[in-house]
Amino acid sequence: MTEAPSEKAPAIDGKAYWREVIRLTLALLAIWFLVSFGAGILFREALDAIKIGGAPLGFWFAQNGAIYVFVALIFYYCFAMNRIERKYRIQG
Amino acid sequence: MDWTIFWVVSTFAVYIGIALWARAGSTNDFYVAGHGVHPIVNGMATAADWMSAASFLSMAGLIAVLGYGGSVYLMGWTGGYVLLALLLAPFLREFGKFTVPDFVGDRYYSDTARLVAVICALFVSFTYIAGQMSGVGIAFSRFLGVDFNTGIFIGMGIVFVYAVLGGMKGVTYTQVAQYVVLIFAYTVPAIFISLMLTGNPIPQLGFISNIKGEDVSMLQKLSDTLTSLGFSEYTTTNKTVFDVFCITAALMFGTAGLPHVIIRFFTVPRASDARLSAGWALVFIALLYTVAPAVGAFSRLNVISTVNETTYVAPGETYAAEAAALAAEGIAPSPDWFARWEATTLVGFEDKNGDGVMQIRGPNAPDGLANEVTINNDIAVLASPEIAQLPDWVVGLMVAGGIAAALSTAAGLLMVISSAVSHDLCRRTFFKGMSDKSELRVARLAAAGAVVAAGFMGIYSAQLAFVAQVVAFAFGLAAASLFPVILLGIFWKRMNREGAIASMLTGLIPTFAYIWHFKLGAGKDAGPDQWFLGVSPEGIGFVVMILSMIVGAGVSLATKAPPQDIQDLVEDIRVPGQRAPHGIADAGMSPVD
Repeated sequence: MTEAPSEKAPAIDGKAYWREVIRLTLALLAIWFLVSFGAGILFREALDAIKIGGAPLGFWFAQNGAIYVFVALIFYYCFAMNRIERKYRIQG
Repeated sequence: MDWTIFWVVSTFAVYIGIALWARAGSTNDFYVAGHGVHPIVNGMATAADWMSAASFLSMAGLIAVLGYGGSVYLMGWTGGYVLLALLLAPFLREFGKFTVPDFVGDRYYSDTARLVAVICALFVSFTYIAGQMSGVGIAFSRFLGVDFNTGIFIGMGIVFVYAVLGGMKGVTYTQVAQYVVLIFAYTVPAIFISLMLTGNPIPQLGFISNIKGEDVSMLQKLSDTLTSLGFSEYTTTNKTVFDVFCITAALMFGTAGLPHVIIRFFTVPRASDARLSAGWALVFIALLYTVAPAVGAFSRLNVISTVNETTYVAPGETYAAEAAALAAEGIAPSPDWFARWEATTLVGFEDKNGDGVMQIRGPNAPDGLANEVTINNDIAVLASPEIAQLPDWVVGLMVAGGIAAALSTAAGLLMVISSAVSHDLCRRTFFKGMSDKSELRVARLAAAGAVVAAGFMGIYSAQLAFVAQVVAFAFGLAAASLFPVILLGIFWKRMNREGAIASMLTGLIPTFAYIWHFKLGAGKDAGPDQWFLGVSPEGIGFVVMILSMIVGAGVSLATKAPPQDIQDLVEDIRVPGQRAPHGIADAGMSPVD
């Protein structure tokens, strides 16, 4: 339940780790915002002038596209977090 | 109908079998499935937990009617998982306790904060669960000829067995089975309809393809058909951009703040599994959610092209002969699926102009004719196998799929309700010295009580007006009252007890009052011009959420910083594997590994 102090031996630079996590999180949230609120709502009318297959692009983002990007974002986050954790020798 | 009974009975047997296999031996098993659920398995369970009877049966039909306006549900109910994965799930898992009020109460070193969180969790969950139980009742009464109340009792009995015996462990594995049932029932007819209409077997691609054998896209043809009948264009909405923005945001942040979704991520072994699991959950959800707009559009086009301007033939034994006679004269008869579904009252025809022909018209019909055909939203999904002319056993699977969706969501909500009573109220607030063994007994009792309470709420749901407003209440309150304190509790060390209580109350009271006023109270018939900033009750949760964060931060800064123990705790949960117990934060309950 509690960790033995010896396991923590090489001190982890928690602050630097957290800064990197925050940077990654903000970058991914920016994309999250752009594909849903941006492409699907705020810029929809402009994007609708473009077609993807037989669908107006803004409409497609709102009904399908944003969801695909959401899935990709989470898996990229997992990948990038594992990399950061390796760098700081953190074992989740 | 025989196939319906077959599928319902055999899926129920599977659920009971799983329940007997996955029994809970400790509170750790009962609340968080022993932290031993694989991230992919948890992802699947989360998807079933998440997709309710409404997602399964009604969403495609709703999108078919709303067109672009239906996008708020698609983006809102999926985008929340990005927030969960990036902002909440891994950190809450690292925190290492059983419930959402555990986090609120311990992070903010206050039983008052814990109680406010319990109130939010209970209200949200009861509103949500009543709809699921009445969904089960409707499924039974409409398709199996069983009385509505009896249907609810049967549903209660099934959930009772696996929730009371197995707790979260039983719920998790039955949800996996329920996911398989519902996704199969949903996608198979969609594939065949897509193939029939566009020649492409993948519904998501059929959605953006041309109509089979024609040089016009499916969506364009749908839009043209709709406008020619006096409906508005499919790819537009009458809501303002700002309102669409707020509704989508309220649904996203609400999704991330819903206790029955959050607790699913407590069942995996580690923080890194929690984020991975959120990814898998969204994959399994996206399988249905990206198909839904296609099913909606296909069915709207299909219904219009097969029903509009056909000559009505009454259902019954004479249908086949009469339809054949009409066809022989070169007159198109109404389709047989329409006749079959008429018995369930989900579709209806009223011959307003007395010509015996069924006219589907929008509010601005160019020929001035009135609409004569009513189609329930659920038809888009329920009748999809018949429209695609699939064999009877697929038709029967739809009802089992709808019941699976309702039961899996109900079970997740039951876990929130029962743990709020046995864990948050009994063990953490009023009887702090309780042993694990007696807590487990109380937990089973609370789960049993919650099943019964939920059943009765389902039975009386028609009289409980707020139950129909699940979307507004549950998501609005989760977004405005729970999401801010959890988020700030992780990302802002300075957030303290006073700020948290102020923030939750700021989220709870105005959201509740606003939705009540405009959905059930005096402002029920008021139009958008009376809404605050033009925001509908469904979207108000987002506006109040911003307010609640500002109030919470302001009050925190004006009062004393949280104790050192709490600040150390926050540092710990940010870094995986570093969680150690910290004085007052863990005095009432040690974190579980």
